[in-house]
Amino acid sequence: MSVVFEQIFQVGFLAAIIRIATPLAFATLGEMFSERAGVLNLGIEGIMLLSAMTGFTATSLSGSLWLGVLAAVLTGALMGGVHALFTVALGLSQHVCGIGVTLFSSGLAYFLYRLIFGQQSVPPSIKGFETLPIPVLSDIPVLGPAVFNQFSLVYMAILAVPLAAFVLYRTPWGLSVRMVGENPRAADSAGVSVIATRFQAVILGGALMGLAGAFLSMVQFNAFTFGLVSGRGWVAIALVVFGRWDPWRSAGAALLFAFVDALQLRMQASGLGHIPYEAFLMLPFIFTIVAMAVMSRNAVAPSALLKPFRREER
Amino acid sequence: MSTPAPLIEMRGISKSFGAVKANEAVDLSVAPGEILGLLGENGAGKTTLMNVLFGAYAPDAGEILVQGRPVTINSSADALAAGIGMVHQHFHLAPRLSVLENLLIGIPGKSGRIDRAGGLARLDEIGRQHGLALDPDLPVSALSVGEQQRLEIVKALFRGARLLILDEPTAVLAPTEVDGLFSALRSMATQGLGIIFISHKLNEVRALTHRCVVLRHGRVTGRVDAPASTTSSEMARLMCGHEIVPPARGPSTPGAAVLILDGISTSRHSGMPLRAVSLAVRAGEILGIAGVSGNGQRALAEVISGIHAPDAGRMTIAGKIVSRFSPREVQALGLGRIPEDRMTTGLVTNLPLADSMVLPRIGTGAFSRNGLLRPDAIRAFAAEQIKAYDIRCPGPMTRAGALSGGNLQKALLARELAFDPKVLIVSQPTRGLDIGAARFIHEKFLAMRAKGCGIIVIGEDLEELLMLCDRIAVMYEGRIAGTLDSAEATIARLGLMMTGAEGRA
Repeated sequence: MSVVFEQIFQVGFLAAIIRIATPLAFATLGEMFSERAGVLNLGIEGIMLLSAMTGFTATSLSGSLWLGVLAAVLTGALMGGVHALFTVALGLSQHVCGIGVTLFSSGLAYFLYRLIFGQQSVPPSIKGFETLPIPVLSDIPVLGPAVFNQFSLVYMAILAVPLAAFVLYRTPWGLSVRMVGENPRAADSAGVSVIATRFQAVILGGALMGLAGAFLSMVQFNAFTFGLVSGRGWVAIALVVFGRWDPWRSAGAALLFAFVDALQLRMQASGLGHIPYEAFLMLPFIFTIVAMAVMSRNAVAPSALLKPFRREER
Repeated sequence: MSTPAPLIEMRGISKSFGAVKANEAVDLSVAPGEILGLLGENGAGKTTLMNVLFGAYAPDAGEILVQGRPVTINSSADALAAGIGMVHQHFHLAPRLSVLENLLIGIPGKSGRIDRAGGLARLDEIGRQHGLALDPDLPVSALSVGEQQRLEIVKALFRGARLLILDEPTAVLAPTEVDGLFSALRSMATQGLGIIFISHKLNEVRALTHRCVVLRHGRVTGRVDAPASTTSSEMARLMCGHEIVPPARGPSTPGAAVLILDGISTSRHSGMPLRAVSLAVRAGEILGIAGVSGNGQRALAEVISGIHAPDAGRMTIAGKIVSRFSPREVQALGLGRIPEDRMTTGLVTNLPLADSMVLPRIGTGAFSRNGLLRPDAIRAFAAEQIKAYDIRCPGPMTRAGALSGGNLQKALLARELAFDPKVLIVSQPTRGLDIGAARFIHEKFLAMRAKGCGIIVIGEDLEELLMLCDRIAVMYEGRIAGTLDSAEATIARLGLMMTGAEGRA
């Protein structure tokens, strides 16, 4: 058994956790901003897939990785805008519209991908991002190679967490976001535009989901496949609850999920071969369900979540 | 020197909703340092007028002048910029955010960040100026209702309001808190602020305001220049267009106890639990339950209604011990109930009125047979009650939520009284109703009392309780702090007991 543990807990293990957590962190922060403003975005799964596709395609056609990232972010923001249009401007059901955005985005992603690349025997791939060691810091034992010898998108995710917390808790805009998510009428009577603030938050959320998609197709897989996202968007929604709508806790939740996921990958590869690999695959999801069940008992969602705002309504 | 320009002047304001003229050629002005009372029954157009002033509605005609200059107010942001602040009846606060965060919402920050230091300084300054101190870092949910109202006032002042509109501010306050509010408002007025005070309670209007404007059917029907020396009945006449005589409560001849609570205690109750509550209501008696809201009244109403079973104690209805504490059981024993919140626990707003009117007795033989509803019987019952209680609505199949508060309350009353309850429990029976509708409800209670029904009225309006009740019990922190006969009860004495100051009377 000790051999198994030695195999599991290597330096590479820590690096793997960070890599797995990165798209989840982007997606979770994106969903968190949206929900903090009172808008559940079930479009996340589809937005991530479509952004992964547009990012991959832009890079594949232009040869520029950062142009691909930009395309993915813009795609996410655009789809966030679409979701906001239906749920915020028109006040339609957030559940229905979110599922609609996911179905539409996924369908569009498949369609455009086929249209541009056709059906090739060898799926097209790109030369994705390479690791960018940070001088000095990457020489720290254990932590250095795991955290500071990563991809630039990983560094962005690490920076995004304190930045999101700062924006949410320390800026007037962040206060407006929290207020429209708690009591939009209070925000409205204080002269804050509820509609505009919600639009901005959902679009920002979409852009972050776009980054998550970009990471999947341009760092993790360097290709686009239809099963690319495989439930990471749904997991992010659970992680927002697990993280109690707080940037730090949400990032922590993403790390915890990534830890379980990395663990099961190692367990699959290790000497526990007599157990079917599907059993390991289930672990992070079982973990999510259990964590949700335990944590969501005390979690209090933003009061105005799911509630459209109309001024005339009394 | 000429007289100073009015702080705010509204000239010829008209506003219609479809065919309904909510405001018609209304003129109104407030001078600096003046407290103006705005009186009127429900639907008289007070709220519409204030919503026009605060930018929620655009008027169809008329203009608004701020310190002599015409302004256009299209949003609450415009109103705030013009120096108009409003304290709504339902507070516009986010309970989970802190006091300071609720203050700073919509205020531009300093170099991209929330200006915490500046906010604290302003909060402190306003607090000292008007005696409105608040702890900046408490979450709003930890504040009492009175403190939340204070926060709303501070919020308006924080934004530089020179005119403050208060919509029924005393409805949620205990008598002692009302005194605090009034002294703060007077302090603001002496410093040159203008105040518009909307209230149903005429004695408060007389005590506080310098001048009154009375609205009826959207028009100004009266102006009172010296409220302090005008009688309440005179003002009531201006509001209603005719005399309102409070119903006379005859001598009571109470019989045997129809409802007995013996040492009832609860726990695990959201809000204040009950601690060894014992009380009895006799047939032909109205017992009032006074108290600042949140002192166990809800738990009491829910136990008596059979919604929550107590942990300890015994309840008897008409001589029979309640064993299972289900709404159906207490109802079968003869209890009628009119809940506090008409819209959420009273009836089903999206269903036809007729369905709501039979809801508590849906399974009884009167309205169903062999497990199937009898729609004709249901509709006939509703139509009959609509006629008997003069419920204004297009018919029994009208969506219940479309009725006005007064008509809904009549419908709920009809629903319970049709089955001759032995005990009736009502919470806040006339909250939000105008004088006419309230009068109707009161008369019905007194008629039931004469018929030998025992009635419990849970209320916060002490004047109403004093007028209606034979005895008044005061709840404080989940206990009965004391019970007074109406003859020896006064507002001052009840108010003292409500704060826990006086023990057993």
